[in-house]
Amino acid sequence: MASNSSGSGSQGRAPQRLRIIAGHLQRPVDVDATVSAAECKAQGGEADVASDGKSVPKRRQEIMKWNGWGYSDTKFLFNKKGQAEFTGKRYKLSGMIIPALKEWMEGTFGTNMQHKSLATPALTRTAVQPPTLNEAFVEELKSTGVPFSHDAEDRVFRAHGHCLHEIFALREGKVGRVPDLVVWPNCHNDVVKIVELACKHNVCLIPYGGGTSVSSALECPQEETRSIVSVDTSQMNRILWIDEKNLTAHMEAGIVGQDLERLLNESGYCTGHEPDSMEFSSLGGWVATRASGMKKNIYGNIEDLVIHVKMVTPQGVVEKSCQGPRMSTGPDIHHFIMGSEGTLGVVTEVTMKIRPMPEYQKYGSVVFPNFEQGVACLREVARQRCAPASIRLMDNEQFKFGHALKPQVSSMFTSFLEGLKKFYITKFKGFDPDCLCVATLLFEGNREKVLQHEKQVYDIAAKFGGLAAGEDNGQRGYMLTFVIAYLRDLGMDYYVIGESFETSVPWDRVLDICRNVKARIIRECKDKGVQFQPFSTCRVTQTYDAGACVYFYFAFNYRGLSDPVHMFEEVEHAAREEILANGGSLSHHHGAGQCCAAWAEVMESGRVERCGTSYSADTTMC
Amino acid sequence: MASSNAYAQRDPMLKKRDDFEDILEERRNSSDLRYALKCYTPALYKGVAPCKSSMLKSMVLQSDQLHYVIQQVSKETGRQTDNVQEEVSAILDEMAHSLQLSTVRFFAFTLSKIFKSLFKSIRVNEEGIQRLQQAIQDHPVVLLPSHRSYMDFLLMSYLLYTYDLTLPVIAAGMDFMGMKFVGEMFRMSGAFFIRRSFGGNKLYWAVFSEYVKTMLKNGFAPVEFFLEGTRSRTSKSLIPKLGLLNIVMDPFLKGEVFDVHVVPVSISYERILEETLYARELLGIPKPKESTSGLFKARKVLSEDYGSIHVYFGQPVSVRSLAEGRVNRCQFNLVPRHIPGRPDEDIHSFVNDSAYKLVRAQEDNMVLKPWVLLASLLLQKQAVGQEQGTALDELTAQAVWLRDLSRQYGAFLHWPDQMTPSEVVSSSLSLHRGLVRTCEGKVQLALEHEGGAVGPQSAAALEEKLLSQAVIVLSCASYRNQALHVFLRPALLASAIHAASSNQKQEVFNSFSFLRNMFSNEFILCPGATVQDFEEACYLLVKTGTLQVTQKEVLVNERGHRTLAFLVSMLDPFLQGYQVVCRFLCEEATETLTEKQFIPAIRKFIIKHLLAGRLRYAEVLSSDLQKNSLAAFLRLGAVEKIKGVDQETLKVNAAMVNSLEDTLGGKLPTQKAVVARL
Repeated sequence: MASNSSGSGSQGRAPQRLRIIAGHLQRPVDVDATVSAAECKAQGGEADVASDGKSVPKRRQEIMKWNGWGYSDTKFLFNKKGQAEFTGKRYKLSGMIIPALKEWMEGTFGTNMQHKSLATPALTRTAVQPPTLNEAFVEELKSTGVPFSHDAEDRVFRAHGHCLHEIFALREGKVGRVPDLVVWPNCHNDVVKIVELACKHNVCLIPYGGGTSVSSALECPQEETRSIVSVDTSQMNRILWIDEKNLTAHMEAGIVGQDLERLLNESGYCTGHEPDSMEFSSLGGWVATRASGMKKNIYGNIEDLVIHVKMVTPQGVVEKSCQGPRMSTGPDIHHFIMGSEGTLGVVTEVTMKIRPMPEYQKYGSVVFPNFEQGVACLREVARQRCAPASIRLMDNEQFKFGHALKPQVSSMFTSFLEGLKKFYITKFKGFDPDCLCVATLLFEGNREKVLQHEKQVYDIAAKFGGLAAGEDNGQRGYMLTFVIAYLRDLGMDYYVIGESFETSVPWDRVLDICRNVKARIIRECKDKGVQFQPFSTCRVTQTYDAGACVYFYFAFNYRGLSDPVHMFEEVEHAAREEILANGGSLSHHHGAGQCCAAWAEVMESGRVERCGTSYSADTTMC
Repeated sequence: MASSNAYAQRDPMLKKRDDFEDILEERRNSSDLRYALKCYTPALYKGVAPCKSSMLKSMVLQSDQLHYVIQQVSKETGRQTDNVQEEVSAILDEMAHSLQLSTVRFFAFTLSKIFKSLFKSIRVNEEGIQRLQQAIQDHPVVLLPSHRSYMDFLLMSYLLYTYDLTLPVIAAGMDFMGMKFVGEMFRMSGAFFIRRSFGGNKLYWAVFSEYVKTMLKNGFAPVEFFLEGTRSRTSKSLIPKLGLLNIVMDPFLKGEVFDVHVVPVSISYERILEETLYARELLGIPKPKESTSGLFKARKVLSEDYGSIHVYFGQPVSVRSLAEGRVNRCQFNLVPRHIPGRPDEDIHSFVNDSAYKLVRAQEDNMVLKPWVLLASLLLQKQAVGQEQGTALDELTAQAVWLRDLSRQYGAFLHWPDQMTPSEVVSSSLSLHRGLVRTCEGKVQLALEHEGGAVGPQSAAALEEKLLSQAVIVLSCASYRNQALHVFLRPALLASAIHAASSNQKQEVFNSFSFLRNMFSNEFILCPGATVQDFEEACYLLVKTGTLQVTQKEVLVNERGHRTLAFLVSMLDPFLQGYQVVCRFLCEEATETLTEKQFIPAIRKFIIKHLLAGRLRYAEVLSSDLQKNSLAAFLRLGAVEKIKGVDQETLKVNAAMVNSLEDTLGGKLPTQKAVVARL
């Protein structure tokens, strides 16, 4: 069972990021104070830099949804007036009315407010199989003092990631094979003990980090007869030390992105690793899936950030003996740890690079007359190696989607300005509203350099017909990535199912892959009898010297289909096939998991790419 | 071998085909001028703006593909890139179309006049037009009409104009360009010109393929070309040429477009304009060079009646679905796509199979007129030497029998059911009065029998007489050939039964397989489909009560002999033709025989044998048959090309040719003789 779960940018959007970023913008004044304070703490405690205020409790169900994305108090709904509203207080958008969303949903999916497909409100405990416990294992586990539980809710929570079929089944109250026991190790040594016991008693282990996997990595094999134990690393969440001389920090692998960043920020540092799922995904998951963060242009992807990893395997603990920045001593052991997706062991501790927090951040956006021009611009930016911290290009459908998510404007003036801007772009500049697309930008660094950098990028954009379209549009663009996960739950209330997947592809094929995959999705849906044309959209989210990362979303209205999930998976399979046929990789950062198991053979024989195999955890762990 | 149930589901009788509308009717009732000046606003591919030919040229010139090849050529030859670039521009100028609406309108006007005087009707399946219209809006489209006449591509453009569809750009042979003025007119109506042979010319190939791909990828206009490469002089479909099909499939295979839709179009002429012209050409009377004055002289054809034309726009075929499960497109991921490369073996075989499928789709929708059946019957009678002809009512009865048989085999037969059979027969005969003669209620081919009457004649005069008879026979044969695809598989089986030494199924199959292999340069027989073809033939013959096929045996029913005899006679001219080629190769072929000399030499040989009465079919004089048989012998290794000092010569493997001849003549059991070597 592949899976250090969590990891991977995946479904996870990063509301937290916006908060952090808002924090960045206010904070510079008192930076020094926090840094010194945190420093002492870091030096002082053998234990941790800051143990309070951790986001993830043992009983996740206390704050999170058991059958949907994110926090229980936060969701989209249509209020009594029929307007879309985002509840809770956690996000910038929380508590706001989103007036255009209803119309967009009706227009895009043909949904109807009258036709609802609501989820089962609560888990029926009887639906969960009683645990198959390995008594001897449990007895010995007790003696180690590592907390564990075989409560149905705890077990169900750790039996899934956020693939569509997993969430869909939960909403219908269907529960398949779930782990028989959940353990919460507190430190590396606890994990060592657990793995030893598992080996001794022939028990399967599935490591669990943040539970944000979108590759079925957490699914328990139906046919497994041995006891399955989920190793929840969420309590291993301390920053063990910060080394300012070398700019590194050493953490336990269960720490989730938002805590890591917040705690480091308190010391004036950051890792700069911000995958979209950073609110919930864990460090161990990032390492195990080869995750990528949105600001990789400055900070690098996880493989560039990791200095040292400790992994507990059935054969013992694997780690390097030094923290040298690079070594030439045969194949790098990190290369089999990263991307092992929990099949080879449990990642327990990681040393990562850190950077001083950026002095200045600025959002930006550029409107292009069409997607082709936008891609050409991104390509040029990559050629000149002047990509900002983040640069993303949304296609026309996503641009419209972003518009539908604009909160109600408070002042007449803003709405007047908006109107004026729209007039300028569509009427004066002659951009076709059904073709134009937008790139969102995030610059980071010292103020002077950011402004200089900004000018350079806008100059390149101008050569491709791009018009600067303001900071707000940029910021909203990034917001879109986190709300979309909550939005899926809303969609599912109205017979809409959807999912995202990603790929990396050489530059010369970016346009072709975008067009062909989107068209393939539409055709497959049509062939399979989906009444309303699906929402099929993409964006280019990362640039590299030799190619780009492309993210696809697709969703459709499944009313009237007998087996929507199966159909959905067939379409997704077709879309992946199309990606491979067009020179794309199976995954840029989600990991292969079990979703892509069907491709394992293709990949090996068809020399498509290095294979993220999907050995089940039991074969390797026990 | 599958049970016949599998075939029952796609019984050819149940094929659904669209109805036809006559487009000339409206032309006869309303102003041609207004029609030529009508508002023409075709629906475009995903709303792209039509592209000026100058812009198209510059897109081609700036393409990565061409840049790469220019660099390469410049490196190899040491020429300046500017210099190569100029050559490229020149090639492109020579090639490119320059479609102008005014020229199209001019053609619309004149063609209306010409069509009305030549044809009774031009019938088009309008549902096909609607499908095409949809396809043009959704995907880049390739039109693949059958090619039987010069008229074809004018007719196609005329139809698309009539139905307000985007006008195609048409790949035309360079020979047209030789026609002053007219060549330019064609160019302005959307033709682009390609040299007939440019085998080794890398630069030319690059320009040409990039030009076609650019048009296709951007969806500016449907690309039209003839899969058969040239006009079929015999009305049989020709073995498809793969060059252009490769080019138009490439953008899909490399992911540059989502899909390409290919539309086979079947154009059937009741009477072909070039009828006797073709026959003469096949007999070695050289074809007149395309020239404006030639065209002018040809205007006398305008005064005759050519019956009607049927144009059937077939179901658009998605290249994507053709490739599904067949082609691994990942193979293109590891080399930059602008670098030209030879297609892999599996791509080649995919394109080849697709080409055959498409030609068969064309054949399938060819409309057959009653005359086609009559021609088949009359030719068979002539061959067995019925000098006096057949009584009209006997012919009618046989035609009705054949009508029913061909329908059972799935022929797309247009037999006017509102008329009595005898009316149908006599109206067909009168349309083709140049080829048949009716006297005293007896019908026969219009051969010059009386000639010089009695007494010895000079050899030259005899030969001339023979040739003039052959013109009639070959013209007739070209009509019979229109129906060949309907009878081909059953006829191969019938001949196989005839030739096989026993009725063991395996033996019949061997014999079938041998014949099929032998004739695969002659007819459209999809490579590698021997078993399917055999099963299809068995199914049809069992269904019509001709045969009984058991696990082990193939048995002929009492009432099946008539059908079998008919089918065997269908194929007999070809069998005899191949045999005589064998005999020639054994008896007369010398060491120094070249491919060029082959046709004249064998023609002489055949004339000799025909005059001596040793051959039954004048048809074997057809150079098409001779070329095809040579190609088959080359393919089978019975003849080899040997590179000589200054030219290639043909080396005959006499033993093998001998055994092939014997097997064709049924003297040797198939599996012993040649099958083992095939």
